[in-house]
Amino acid sequence: MNLFGLFNRNRSAPAARERLQLLLAHERALADRTDLAAVLQQEILAVIARHIPIDRDKVMVKLERGAHVSTLAIDIEMPEESAAAG
Amino acid sequence: MSKVLVVTSGKGGVGKTTSSAALGAALAQAGQNVVLVDFDVGLRNLDLVMGAERRVVFDLVNVVQGDAKLPQALIRDKRLETLHLLPASQTRDKDALTAEGVERVIYELRERFDWIVCDSPAGIEKGATLAMRHADAAVVVANPEVSSVRDSDRIIGMLDSKTRLAEQGETMEKHLLVTRYDPARASRGEMMKVEDVLEILAIPLLAVVAESRDVLTASNVGCPVTLHNPHSAVSRAYDAAARRLMGQSPPLEDVLPKRGGLFSRLFGRRTAA
Repeated sequence: MNLFGLFNRNRSAPAARERLQLLLAHERALADRTDLAAVLQQEILAVIARHIPIDRDKVMVKLERGAHVSTLAIDIEMPEESAAAG
Repeated sequence: MSKVLVVTSGKGGVGKTTSSAALGAALAQAGQNVVLVDFDVGLRNLDLVMGAERRVVFDLVNVVQGDAKLPQALIRDKRLETLHLLPASQTRDKDALTAEGVERVIYELRERFDWIVCDSPAGIEKGATLAMRHADAAVVVANPEVSSVRDSDRIIGMLDSKTRLAEQGETMEKHLLVTRYDPARASRGEMMKVEDVLEILAIPLLAVVAESRDVLTASNVGCPVTLHNPHSAVSRAYDAAARRLMGQSPPLEDVLPKRGGLFSRLFGRRTAA
């Protein structure tokens, strides 16, 4: 490592700024609705449960926050018989 | 005209109590009649930072609950006769404060003082919401560090929604006080710059208080830093902040931090390039 690199390696402030800008954009949009993922999950599951039996232990919920797009993935394992019937 | 000022941050340990004491003392030194109110019920510390811990008889909870009259609970500072303290209770918890009781005490304080400086507890729960509830203006204390800035953003949202002014459809006057700032580290890119924090939080800057050993020394001896070491850089920043709160325009060099020494300036410039 040269002298220049020695002084450069701690430049972590830009990372702090970018992480905060991304996070706060989401948190401000969700102000007072930080439980949005939970609400969505509950309502979506309720709709599906009207048609097929769901084992709540076999539901995976994943929220991914990106710079421009966020995705909410709800992975529901369908029981064998209803999958066959459908 | 009295003004209720809340000193708040969300996150703990960023310098709310230090800043409340320093700003209160600076306002009092400028001839204002000031009361510092400690809202951190159960974990009071403003009395200790002010050096009044052995003079506490009654506290905010006693006054709110009507067990003591306001003048009985107010402690006059021994150094500045226009500076007063209304301590928090150490033995009760925050549920001992009621919204109505706090409103009544603030109303009484407004009649006696020019400035009512409310030192908020950390967090976003009852103690913090009651401390900001009746404020006319807020000083949001933030360190240039991710968790502090995030929590300050949350608090700014609450100032704009959960206060009396917000409910009346008015806007709370908000000021950013950046504390524990290290200009040398910021210029090397190791710490967010004041400009970064300002851009993210988007409220006007009151002053920047650099990291300094004078703050610990002052709290060790129980004296607001603005009184203990009035010529230090920290005190100049707090003095400038107080004058800005009073509507004056102190020189900009007192509000902004000095660049680091020659060494850090040399290397700061090189790494920033």
